[in-house]
Amino acid sequence: MSISQNPVSNTDRLRRVALIGNPNTGKSTLFNCLTGLRQKVGNYSGVTVQKKTGITLIGSERIEILDLPGTYSLAATSPDERVVVDALRGEVENLDRPDMALCIVDATNLQRNLFLAYQIGQLGLPMVLALNYWDSARKRQIAVDIEELTQRLGVPIIPISASRAEGISALKEAIATALEEKPELITPAWPDTIVQAVKEVREALPSENGDSLDDAVIMRGIFESDEAIFHRSGADSETVRNALEVSKKTLFKGGLNPANAEAVLLYRHIKDVVHPCISHDGESKHGGSESIDSLLTHKWWGLVAFLGLMYLVFQSVYSWAAPFMDLIDGGKAVVQDAVSGLLANWPMLQSLASDGIIEGVGAVVIFLPQILILFFFITLLEDTGYMSRAAFLMDKLFSWCGLSGKSFVPLLSSYACAIPGVMATRTIQDSKARLVTILVAPFMSCSARLPVYVLMIGAFIEPRYGAGVAGATLFAMHFVGLIVAMPFAYLMNKYILKTPPQPFLLELPSYQIPKIRDVVLKMYSQGKEFVVNAGTVIFAITIVIWALLYFPRSESVALEVEQSFIQAVSLENNWSEERTLVALAEDESLQTELDYEISSAYIEQSLMGRVGKSVQPVFAAAGFDWKITVGVLASFPAREVIISTLGIIYSLGGDVDEEAGDLREAMAGQTWQSGPKAGMPIFTIPVVISIMVFFALCQQCGATLAIIAQETSWRWAGVSFAFMTILAWLASIAINQVGSWL
Amino acid sequence: MKTLNDLVDGQTAKIGSYKRTLGVSRRLMELGLMPGVEVRFIKSAPLGDPIALDVEGRQLSLRREDAAQILIQPA
Repeated sequence: MSISQNPVSNTDRLRRVALIGNPNTGKSTLFNCLTGLRQKVGNYSGVTVQKKTGITLIGSERIEILDLPGTYSLAATSPDERVVVDALRGEVENLDRPDMALCIVDATNLQRNLFLAYQIGQLGLPMVLALNYWDSARKRQIAVDIEELTQRLGVPIIPISASRAEGISALKEAIATALEEKPELITPAWPDTIVQAVKEVREALPSENGDSLDDAVIMRGIFESDEAIFHRSGADSETVRNALEVSKKTLFKGGLNPANAEAVLLYRHIKDVVHPCISHDGESKHGGSESIDSLLTHKWWGLVAFLGLMYLVFQSVYSWAAPFMDLIDGGKAVVQDAVSGLLANWPMLQSLASDGIIEGVGAVVIFLPQILILFFFITLLEDTGYMSRAAFLMDKLFSWCGLSGKSFVPLLSSYACAIPGVMATRTIQDSKARLVTILVAPFMSCSARLPVYVLMIGAFIEPRYGAGVAGATLFAMHFVGLIVAMPFAYLMNKYILKTPPQPFLLELPSYQIPKIRDVVLKMYSQGKEFVVNAGTVIFAITIVIWALLYFPRSESVALEVEQSFIQAVSLENNWSEERTLVALAEDESLQTELDYEISSAYIEQSLMGRVGKSVQPVFAAAGFDWKITVGVLASFPAREVIISTLGIIYSLGGDVDEEAGDLREAMAGQTWQSGPKAGMPIFTIPVVISIMVFFALCQQCGATLAIIAQETSWRWAGVSFAFMTILAWLASIAINQVGSWL
Repeated sequence: MKTLNDLVDGQTAKIGSYKRTLGVSRRLMELGLMPGVEVRFIKSAPLGDPIALDVEGRQLSLRREDAAQILIQPA
């Protein structure tokens, strides 16, 4: 390969184009168009914003496209929003400054879209404008004089229709040219007042700091009265505040309100520039959107349609995923059996491979059906434009606790599983609302809690109070988490995040027909990201828990159990020990019984069992004995594990399910061995409810923690874990104490 | 003084000034809710809040609480 042919291939880094635009401008469709499968998703360090990059080929050159989050403005109110400006200025860790900006604008809404373009142009980045929805602009008889507009803006303008992949090659050509010629947007001539204010701020800052900032950045600081921009340069708060105060006075003196000076000045400028270039032939129509909305956001029909759609989404995650999950489970069992057969002579290796590694892989893959199906629907809802309508319909229910209507779909999905639910919060632009939704999502009663409820209710509530009360209890259990979660969200917003009053703004975009490719790519990238990021953590947790349950494992334990088992069987049947040994060799069910008792003994003296015994006093007030405690501890990576763990502890083997009669019997027969309650049953009604509430509130899901960490940070995953677990512990104690006293 | 919050379905009005100027207004103005712009009240959500507006051919939704900060001049 010849290097001299291509002037850039001798540098080691790819040239980078930042793709940016308002929400609902077809930005992801264009991104998919340009990059296809060559996409990578990650996170910006320190904030909860997804970082998406992809590679596009222009001629023979590979160019990196950085897909920045959709935004109406560069003005930032949180570190999450500031990422966009930081990325454009090259101030994000491990991310060089982009070589140019590819700004996508909606041809049918030029003025508002150019607002953002001008803000970017002000930062001094070369730019190409992609004028999307060119086809619908023409359909709506909006004519844009591109030649004239190009003259006035000073940057190339390429009309495209991203959804039909029209204009893409012209766009690529323009990018290639712009990377060489570096055309910059002609920025407005700011009035003297602004120029004066910038000068004053620069002078008020210590010179070594002031010099490191260019005018554009100081101007952003003034417009946003954002101290953080200046702190980067090392100036102290006092100086920065004073400098900003001075600039505000100057603006007021010049007849400008600092809070809206940018909007007023820029829109005035945009109007002057754009007006002569656009003509509307005929009335601008509202398209079909408003007539569709007369049904979909109708007072009654709107709610009916909404409930129907949400039922469909929920069913899809809850029921339709089940056969695929069973298939994965079945496949897992087949592989486990095969591998167990191969490794029969090496018990430790056999257990590691089967109960550790394959179990761990299965624990990751099992979530894929739900994630893929949910994202199929979410992408459809988003790309059609219905998602905003859903938020519009539901906002009232959530606004009081600091959330918005956008939290509805993630929380609903969390009733099936918190993993896709947490991932679905990506549709919430406001970073704090998103964080609170993520923290609240694991409180929703996911399907993994169901077996626990079914076991407890079936074993203790139903026999005593009948099917009616049993059903009502099951129903009520599904609301325990929700009832706790909403006030939690309220307090979190009010006292911890101290969310400043932000206007809730929602654009209801025109309805669109979604692109299959966008839907499939979204499913693919979400699935891949889950497996790569959260998957590795889930896998690791499974291996660790396996080790805690397996080690230490001395042969003597098995021998002891076998000895006493043989003695017991001989005594029971009046057999000689030889006779029992023969029976053991011939009678498979007797052998199984022995095996179960051995596993039970192993788990009792494993690290987990020992920890369970020593931790039991912590749960004594909740009425848990050491066996329940081990069950609870073993369920921290995944709550449904309680069933099989209890099965092993009660010597029934690990294959029991929540409907199993023998497990229910074994539980009902459990009594306290010592202490003041010796001889009394362990599973009283207060203890049963206390266990269920514990499982309802506790953060017993390693996969959820992994996904929270992936979407936010380990710090928030830790907060979620600590808060939910302590809350569950307190609630279970309270219920048992009050219940026993009644 | 009437605000955006006082409009009824189908009514149009011109945006006047903002009651609260700092912070909240910037976001709204960036989205085109500038003084002088004509808006049409489309409807409120089934539960009464938020409301949907037509701003120069775009549908925007905001909460009544925020709408009550925006004074209007009758069109």
